[in-house]
Amino acid sequence: MDAARPPILEVRGLRKSFGHSEVLRGIDLAVAPQEMVFIIGPSGSGKSTLLRCCNRLEEPTSGAVHLGGVDLMAPSTDINAMRRKIGMVFQSFNLYPHMTALGNVTLALRKVAARSRTDAETLGMAALDRVGLAAKAKSYPGELSGGQQQRVAIARALALEPTVMLFDEPTSALDPELVGSVLAVMRELKAAGMTMLVVSHEMRFARDAADRVIFMDHGVIVEEGAPDQIFAKPREARTRAFIAGLTRS
Amino acid sequence: MNDWSRFVEAFFKSNLIEQYLPSILQGVVTTIEIALAVVVTGLAFGLALAVVRSFEIRPLNVLIIILVDILRALPPLVIVLIVYFGLPNVGVSIPSFAVLWLVLSLVLAAFAEEIFWAGILSVPKGQWEAARSTGLSFLGTLGYIVLPQAVRLTVPPITNRTVAITKNTALGTVIGVPEILNQATTAQSFSGNATPLMMGALAYIILFIPVVALGRYLETRFAWRRN
Ligand SMILES: Nc1ncnc2c1ncn2[C@@H]1O[C@H](COP(=O)(O)OP(=O)(O)OP(=O)(O)O)[C@@H](O)[C@H]1O
Ligand SMILES: [Mg+2]
Repeated sequence: MDAARPPILEVRGLRKSFGHSEVLRGIDLAVAPQEMVFIIGPSGSGKSTLLRCCNRLEEPTSGAVHLGGVDLMAPSTDINAMRRKIGMVFQSFNLYPHMTALGNVTLALRKVAARSRTDAETLGMAALDRVGLAAKAKSYPGELSGGQQQRVAIARALALEPTVMLFDEPTSALDPELVGSVLAVMRELKAAGMTMLVVSHEMRFARDAADRVIFMDHGVIVEEGAPDQIFAKPREARTRAFIAGLTRS
Repeated sequence: MNDWSRFVEAFFKSNLIEQYLPSILQGVVTTIEIALAVVVTGLAFGLALAVVRSFEIRPLNVLIIILVDILRALPPLVIVLIVYFGLPNVGVSIPSFAVLWLVLSLVLAAFAEEIFWAGILSVPKGQWEAARSTGLSFLGTLGYIVLPQAVRLTVPPITNRTVAITKNTALGTVIGVPEILNQATTAQSFSGNATPLMMGALAYIILFIPVVALGRYLETRFAWRRN
């Protein structure tokens, strides 16, 4: 939250309703370049919806989203072009089951970024290599473990050289013994200077990797701060109750 | 004459086989031509309707659903007769083989649309989201991600339905399309013997068994990589 660095991702006054229920009720959030921001909060508090509004997978009801100064809500903005710069990683991986790992990683390079097949495969292999799965390039998702699938999904986003990456509970569908491999990749991304917005309740990981933690409840940001402050000395009662619950389980 | 030779006499009379083989073979060619045309246009139109439906434009979808339900509710013979005998009254006359092709294509398209649409719906939402999040357009996602999975899923029901509908080429008989059954019944009435009908039946078996077998093969093959 260095005032000298303009935010790379900026959300202002974001609201989102589904029918009559307002799920996001005025969110303001700025993520600086290379910053890793964690979002925590109870189920249904709107964390996923906030993330999905950042690349307009979910259409905000009102408010502004800017990426690198570009207004994502402007009618003149080519949202598909902007989405290439916003990598997204899902809880359920969502790999394309009919394509190999390399096919998954190169599809958008070829069809969106219009790279040649050879170019795309070079970049795709480099991305798979970064997540430690170059050897699995020819495997289909069904032949990979959950941890490997999630790393391929990260490579798929990474291959497009995004300026920011969004993670929605990337490890919560994984068996405990597979979580570490995914977190290791995220740590590597952080070291390489990737800007990341992460919804996750991996508290230990958040404490040593996050620059900032945001606690959300009922569609608003209740409190935010450095991980040590949020986890050890939360100011708000709601945050304290939530953290206490996390620690117990 | 014993029973066996009487049976052969009634259904497999050798001189009749020789005499009517050419016309039955002609019928086979006609049936294959119409069947292939029906499969190509029927499936293509069905897939196109399913794709249009995925845009979720309300009035258009209502129209598609009505059309599809009518075509699926009516016996194909009724549609064939209405088109063939009805359209000339309003000044449109279409050759009989074209009527057969058109009607069966529409019927196949109606069933195929429902099957393809169910296939599209069965592809998890996460597949759309993952693809769209990489910047792929709606159509790109449909074409590269959703349809390949949907079509794979629908191969068995589509094959079954396609076989069932192409067999309806036999309806050409009632409007004078010289397909297998028509050739066989003509020969049967000339000869007063059921041999040509048996030849026709055999022709259908030889024609459709490979298709049925192919359906079975595709079913196992496409079942395979999904888990
Ligand atoms: N497409 C939708 N249609 C209607 N309601 C929705 C939709 N998506 C989310 N919601 C509702 O919005 C609220 C917030 O959902 P969201 O998924 O953002 O919560 P979350 O904080 O990510 O929860 P979790 O920790 O369980 O993932 C929930 O009440 C949910 O039921
Ligand atoms: Mg969620």
